[in-house]
This record gives sequence, structure tokens and C-alpha cells, in this order.
Amino acid sequence: MNVELLTSQFWDLTVTGLALGAIYALVALGYTLVYGLLQLINFAHSEVFMVGTYAALIAWGWAGLTQESPIPGLLGMIGYLVIGLIAAAVASGGTALIVERVAYRPLRRRNVPRLVFLITAIGVSVVISELVGVLTDRHRAGIPRLVERSTVISIGDFEITNVQLGVIVAAIAMMVGLDLFINRTRLGRGIRAVAQDPDTAALMGVNQDRVVMLTFLLGGLLAGGAALLYDISLENTRYNVGFLLGIKAFTAAVLGGIGNLRGALLGGLLLGVVEQYGSALWGNEWRDVVAFVVLVVILMFRPTGLLGESLGKARV
Amino acid sequence: MSEINEATQRQEASGDTGVKAGVQKTEGAKRLRQLDMARSQFATRVRQRWAALPRWVRVATLLAFIAVLYGLPNLNIPFIRTESIAFSSVLFTCAVYVLVAVGLNVVIGLAGLLDLGYIGFFAVGAYSVAVFGSPQSEIATEYPWLALIPIAIALSMVSGVILGMPTLRLRGDYLAIVTLGFGEIVRLIAVNSSITNGQQGISQVPRPPGEIDGERIFGVVSARPYYWLALTVVLICMLGVRQLENSRVGRAWLAIREDEDAAELMGVPAFRFKLWAFAIGAALGGLSGALFASRQGYINSNSFDLLLSILFVAAVVLGGSGNMLGVTLGAILIAYLPEKLRDFSEDLPEYRFLAFGLALVVIMIFRPQGLIPSRRRAVELKDRQEEVTVGG
Repeated sequence: MNVELLTSQFWDLTVTGLALGAIYALVALGYTLVYGLLQLINFAHSEVFMVGTYAALIAWGWAGLTQESPIPGLLGMIGYLVIGLIAAAVASGGTALIVERVAYRPLRRRNVPRLVFLITAIGVSVVISELVGVLTDRHRAGIPRLVERSTVISIGDFEITNVQLGVIVAAIAMMVGLDLFINRTRLGRGIRAVAQDPDTAALMGVNQDRVVMLTFLLGGLLAGGAALLYDISLENTRYNVGFLLGIKAFTAAVLGGIGNLRGALLGGLLLGVVEQYGSALWGNEWRDVVAFVVLVVILMFRPTGLLGESLGKARV
Repeated sequence: MSEINEATQRQEASGDTGVKAGVQKTEGAKRLRQLDMARSQFATRVRQRWAALPRWVRVATLLAFIAVLYGLPNLNIPFIRTESIAFSSVLFTCAVYVLVAVGLNVVIGLAGLLDLGYIGFFAVGAYSVAVFGSPQSEIATEYPWLALIPIAIALSMVSGVILGMPTLRLRGDYLAIVTLGFGEIVRLIAVNSSITNGQQGISQVPRPPGEIDGERIFGVVSARPYYWLALTVVLICMLGVRQLENSRVGRAWLAIREDEDAAELMGVPAFRFKLWAFAIGAALGGLSGALFASRQGYINSNSFDLLLSILFVAAVVLGGSGNMLGVTLGAILIAYLPEKLRDFSEDLPEYRFLAFGLALVVIMIFRPQGLIPSRRRAVELKDRQEEVTVGG
């Protein structure tokens, strides 16, 4: 145990953890939305995210941004960010819709046991990641640097770079957007209604299939956003990045209370930070173990998560 | 055949009023169902005829079949033999996979617990033999191979109980994710710990004892004796699991799988039996890992990729969880096909996970009960289908 490292770099670790946790939280929202609606773990969601990381990279390539090109100016940077965001969101949202259509809808019609859903979801996620793996020769793809790192806020030991700040702010903005959408719009009301009681919602004229599609689309869009932020902050991707990140995002969702949107934010940020502290204490190679241990411990002592699970049942 | 034709004609006659595309679709589905019916009737007839045979004939056939299994490495069956890799070594892999599938079937098929981290137990078994047996290891012991195997089984069983205690109280899908996490933890420990020596791995894993004319039976070159050993272990374990399945324990598992609350109300201590299923599954996984390590003579952390765990689940589900024959078929397919494909092209095994992923999706959608389903399970699924959901 290296307590000294933890105390000496406390703020640094916290900020890094928060920036990473914001990405976890965005992906966690996808799990939480689907779980709140259908009580299913959408195992393929991690690959929806992975597709987004590649989509942004490919779109940048088309737009002329490569590994060799210099870091673009402010206007160029904003342009590339918009292009990347659109590409990632479209690709991830589209993948999520396809997954729903191919893997879940035929099963939902037949009321099969829940484990069957999980197995098809695993199948789909293996298919997507292997497909990308085969197409990319299983190489790690470098992502061109879009933003030059610089410290924007510095108070004593506390320093935060522009990328970290941007990631955290963007993630929170997307989450606030989702929260407003679910709570304030007509479509959002449909989602909440189906989550509360699918049968009654159907009797009241809510089109269940459309609500399910919308939910998968929302999850996919957020995963696309997360993919863009991931690309910018980690600057590389690989066909199997989804797996670990997916499990961590799921852990984050469970930590906050699965089915609870605000819980996903809390869980994501908390997990990101705890992971960083853990890696300082026991060494970086144990970082992933910390996340899994957190998952097991929460499920042991508080299976409903910190804020309790619910999408429609109580407060969102 | 004539039944099918008649049925389709009736279909065509009654379908006139409907929308054309819709009719075609339902007709296709109906025809498929008819074919499936014909198939299942055929299977039932075969089964009845088998049951009607005198006992000695059945026993003799079974013994002959087992004899053929033992003879497989020496028989020269043209298409089945693999050319690019020694056939006996492929057979050994198949036998290990079957053992894994039989163990995982106890957990998934009989008790209905989805365990995605089964590779964890496999790894615990393999590393127990390597770490305690290899002179290279930090904590090497002088124990002979025959003593290491029970240690491997015991350790994996203990890890099963440790994992099961906190998690078996959870809902099924949480359990799946936690077990997945467990598999990954075991792998990460294997990568990072100094005892398991990470990617460099441990070599000189002890081999089974025995000498003939001063030569070791279980050498490095030929996989044949290992295959015979593994086959024997598989047959014994299958017999044991079959006995369990038909005992009080097996009935308790089925009751838990079908409805845990109802089982609990009828006086089945669900948690305890789930833990038993977990422990027995873990023990079989550990045993197969131990066999694997003894044959390889060398293991490192790369041997225990989580994708392998998914393949194990695929084997059980593809074959038909709950049915011993089904999971055996599934395991053989998964172990054998990639090796056979190597004969045609070196690149093809690269696509095996892709192919298995696709197969998993397709089979789950069209045949959620698996290739050779357990009869009871098929009925369960049918039952559920009739409870139609509103708007679903």
C-alpha cells in the first residue's frame, strides 16, 4: 500500500478520476435506461460505445484530420468536434437500434426467460467486437490529437486541464439534457409510463415498441457522446475497449442504483475516483480489480445501489 | 411428408383473404413448424425404439460406442481426422471442453444460474497444479501429481463457494455480471501476481505418473494417453452428474430453476442447493483446468481469456442446456470446428468467435432451447410463450 502517493497526488487523482468517471456515467446511462424500462442488462451496449469511438476516428479521417496533421486552431477544433460528435452519435445510435431490432424484439414478442436475452446480447456484442476486430486486424488505432493540453484552473495543488474540464462539463450537460427530456417532454413521459407499468401504458395508447426503440436510441446517442469524449481524452481505441469500459459503466449504474438516471452520474463519478485512488494505493495494474471488487461489495451490501433503483417507480 | 403437404395446402386455402406478404410470412413459419414437428416425432420414435430394446442390447451398444471413443485416435476415419494438427491432441481438447460443458451444465442447465466467469474456476484448477507442482514456482511443493489434482479440485470448489456466498442471493442477471467480473479478477491476478508469473507463465507443470519400459506414459510428444485419461475422467464425471441429476439434489435444482420462490415455499432450501450447484460446477471446471495444464506443461495468463468463458457458455447453450447429450455435442462443436477449419485455411479460426457470436444470436432467436434440448426445458419455454404479454 502506497498511502504517500495517494496523499501527495490527491487532487490530481481526483480530477483524473472525475474525468474518467464522467465517461463511465454517460455509458452507464445507456444501461440504466434500458434496465429501467425492460429490466434487461443490455450487454451489447459496450460495443455500441466502441463503434462510436471508431466512427469519430473515421469521420475525422474523411475530414482530413490524421495523426500527422498539426493540432487545429480553435475554429477547426470546434468543427472537428461537431463532426466527430455527429459521426459517433449517428453510428452508436444506429447500432443500438439495430441491436434492439435484431436481438431483442423477436424475443420480447415471445416472452422468453430473461437469461435468454442476456445470452443473445452477449452474442451480439461478440459479433460486433469481433467484426471490428477482424476489420481492423485487431490493431490499436491511434487518434489524432485535437486539443493541446493546458491547465485552465489552478488553485494550490488543485489543477485541471482544459480537456478534463471539457469532458466533465460536456458529460454533465448531456446528462442534464437527458434528464430534461425524460421529465419534461411527451416522449419522455411515454418512457416513464412504460417503465412504471407496461401493460397499463399500452392500454393508455403508448406504443411500446416505439418507446423501446426511443430508449435504445437515447442510450446509443449518449454512448456516442461518451465515445467522442473517450477519443479526445485517451487518444486511442481498439476493438475490445468496449468490454472493460462496459463492465465499469455497468458497475457505475449498479453503484448509483440501476434504473436511476441521477444515480448513474453519481455512480460513474464515484467509481472513476475510487479507481484512481485504488490504483495509487496498490499500483496501476490493480486498477481494474478495484472496479470489480467495488461491484461485488455493493451487490453484497446494498444491491439497490446508493440512490435506489427506479426509473418510473419513484422519482426519476 | 404427406402430412406436411396437406397442411400447407390447407394453409394456402385459408390464407386467401389475408395480405399477401403477411400470408407468405406465416406460411413459411407454419412450414418450419411442421418440419420441426416431423423432426421431433422422429426423435421420439427413435427414443421409444431404443427404450424398447432388451437391456443387454442397450448395454452392449453403449460399451461398443465407448470402445470406439477410446479407439478414435487409432482409427483412420477420412473426413473427421484433422490433417494440420495431430488428431489425438484435437481429441484431447474436445474431451476437456466436454468436461467443462458438463460442469457448466450443472450450473446453467440444471440450476439455472448464468455463470459467465467459468473460466475463473478453470484457471484456478490449472494454476493450482502449476503453482504447487512446478519446480519453477515460488511456492513449489514436493507433492506428486495425484495429490495435486484433489488440491486443484478443492481450491476451485472453495473459490466457487467464496464467490457464491455473497452473489447467489442476487437476481440472475446480476449474478451473470458478477461472475463475469470474477473471471476477469482471476485473470488480472494471474497477469499481475508474482506467484503466477503473468505473461511469462509457468513451465514444467507436472505430468501424470506412470512408466512403461522406462519410458513415461504421459510424455511431451503424443497426446494419445492424455486423451484416454481425459475421456475416462469425462465418462466418470458424466456418470456422477447423471446420478446427481436424478437424485433429490437434481430435483431440487430443477425446482429452483423453474420457480425459486415456489421451490422455497415447498421446503427446498434454495440458497444451499444453488451453492452446491456452484461448488460442483466449480470443481468440474477446476478439474478440467488441471488436466489442461498437465497436458500443456506450460501455462500463462493468456490461456484464460474471458472470451473463452463466453465460448464455454456458448457450448452449453448451443447444445441445449440441461441435456447432457446436448452440451456434449455443443462442446465438441466448439472445440473441434476451429481445429478442423485450420485444414482449409489458416485464417478461418480467426473468425471463430464471430461465427459463434452469430450462431448464439440465431439459435437463441429461433431455437432458445438449443440443438438437443432437455425435454423438460422445451416444455417450460413453450409454456411461457403462451402467457402472451400485452403490447409486447
